[in-house]
Amino acid sequence: MTTVSERGALQGRMVQVRRPPAFYLGRALLYALLIACSLWFVAPLIWMLMTSFMPLSQVGVFPPEWIPRVWQPENYTEALRFWNFGVTFRNTMIITIFSLAGSLISSTIVAYGFARFRFPYRDLLFLILLATLMLPFAVRLIPVYIVYNEIGWVNTFYPLVVPEWFGNAFFIFLGRQFFLGIQQDFLDSAKIDGASEIRIFTQIMVPLAKPAIVVMAILSVQNSWNEFLGPLIYLKDENLHTLAIGLYKFTSLPGQGGMQHQQMAATVMMVIPVLAVFFLFQKQFIQGANLSGIKG
Amino acid sequence: MTAAFGSQWRSMKGKREGWRDLSPMRRREALYGLAFVSPWIIGLLLFSFFPFVASFVLSFTRYDVINPPVWIGLANYNEIFSGDSLFLKSLGNTALYVVGSVAIRIVLAFSLAMLLNSKVRFLGVWRTLFYIPSTVPIVAISMVWIYILNARYGLLNWFLSLLGQGRIRWLSSPAYAMSGLLVMSTTWVGVTMIIFLAGLQNIPEEYYDAARIDGASWLQRLLRVTLPLLTPTIFLNILINIISAFQVFNQVFIMTQGGPRDATRTYMLHLYNHAFEFLPPQMGYASALAWILFIILFAFTAIVVLTSDRWVFYNN
Repeated sequence: MTTVSERGALQGRMVQVRRPPAFYLGRALLYALLIACSLWFVAPLIWMLMTSFMPLSQVGVFPPEWIPRVWQPENYTEALRFWNFGVTFRNTMIITIFSLAGSLISSTIVAYGFARFRFPYRDLLFLILLATLMLPFAVRLIPVYIVYNEIGWVNTFYPLVVPEWFGNAFFIFLGRQFFLGIQQDFLDSAKIDGASEIRIFTQIMVPLAKPAIVVMAILSVQNSWNEFLGPLIYLKDENLHTLAIGLYKFTSLPGQGGMQHQQMAATVMMVIPVLAVFFLFQKQFIQGANLSGIKG
Repeated sequence: MTAAFGSQWRSMKGKREGWRDLSPMRRREALYGLAFVSPWIIGLLLFSFFPFVASFVLSFTRYDVINPPVWIGLANYNEIFSGDSLFLKSLGNTALYVVGSVAIRIVLAFSLAMLLNSKVRFLGVWRTLFYIPSTVPIVAISMVWIYILNARYGLLNWFLSLLGQGRIRWLSSPAYAMSGLLVMSTTWVGVTMIIFLAGLQNIPEEYYDAARIDGASWLQRLLRVTLPLLTPTIFLNILINIISAFQVFNQVFIMTQGGPRDATRTYMLHLYNHAFEFLPPQMGYASALAWILFIILFAFTAIVVLTSDRWVFYNN
């Protein structure tokens, strides 16, 4: 049992290294541990998916069963009978799309302002921006609600969408870091050619910042899709409910809710779009998580 | 991010430029800059600054949304500190959740990141598997965990029974309900793990080589190289997790509504009840609760930030 040492390969010499059995034991243990951990994270989702196809008699037994004895896709149609999926889906899409457009446009503009121009108190303002990221939402919640209530915005989508058009602090931070990384000489040559600041921004910088904008877009979609407290407070009217609220009502209101297998079917319907986006844009998801830990 | 905060703070000191010192060209640039950031400044005033001040003022009033607010001085605060038994209860529960979940997340996320950083194959696959549950909407994941934590047929008790443990009434007994929520909090370990993993991958290999040549053991390398160099990341993760754990609301609201017997009544749930469920609504009282939370969080953040000079090591 021999293998090529990486260090040897790096130096261009193929050195054969005999590794002690303890090494292979360690590796085996490592992978066993990784598989066990993965199961911890993924098993709940697999169980959810499986249960959503089971007959009711198979749910709630001990030990739990994993494979449906009969596959029952009608759990989904049954769930749809009680739960107005179409309406909640449409509402969620409206909120998602308008929040997405607003936060991308405004955050990109503001981020560029912080990165590209020098102006008095810029650094202080940016410090405040970072501080707002740490401000608990509890302090904002009540006055904002009172104002929306006064101006008649309760039971509309505005409270969930309009704030996004004034820049998302985290996206601004993310975009600024990205713009700072773009070479300056690029700009100087564009400026010599007589391009205006607006044109430099829209025609050169925004296309260059596409990777950062994609990360923002994914985080924004994920936020809108997952948001619970906002819709709970502002959207009282049943016709305005989002997927999150619809699913909550479907599973928790006595009399209105479905049985467990139908509940899981409903849950799967809400989760599938998010997981699809996640698998399509995995790289950007990880980048987004990474960037929240960025140094510098 | 907080490192960014620190460096921003340092670079700001000593530099003061007013409008009058600027040349016409610089003034033009400054105008452009302000124009670009103006949406955020307006948003800051509307959605952060105004509510921040307004909730402070409201906390000295009685306000039910229908009638105009009545100034009652410190009465809300008096009531909270002397007459509201659920205030202390919910604060205690929240403290328990903060300590438990932050410890779980930091330790687990760090351990997982260490595993993934030991030159494993299919790194991307493992990372994805650990991260998946973090992407699932909170309502959906709560629905699933209601059944996982079920005492009679839940997956967790089944798993424990394989290890020889008897049934535990996770969500239905006051003694174990909070532990149930803590077990559930492992769901979001993936986010913290990814940040740790990025931090680990930034540590130059040469440091480990040098340590190996000096005969350092695995444990010595961990304690003397990895951990000190990772302190900025640990610092950031602790801060992010403390702030979000203090405001835990969604899963509690969805899964237990604070029960059984207030064992999972968290601070945010208490605040929410006063503001949005009580009739008539107690907006003033809830604002006072919000400000107390803000002061507690501010104190915690300040402690973490101020002590960071002693234990956070910046490599620049």
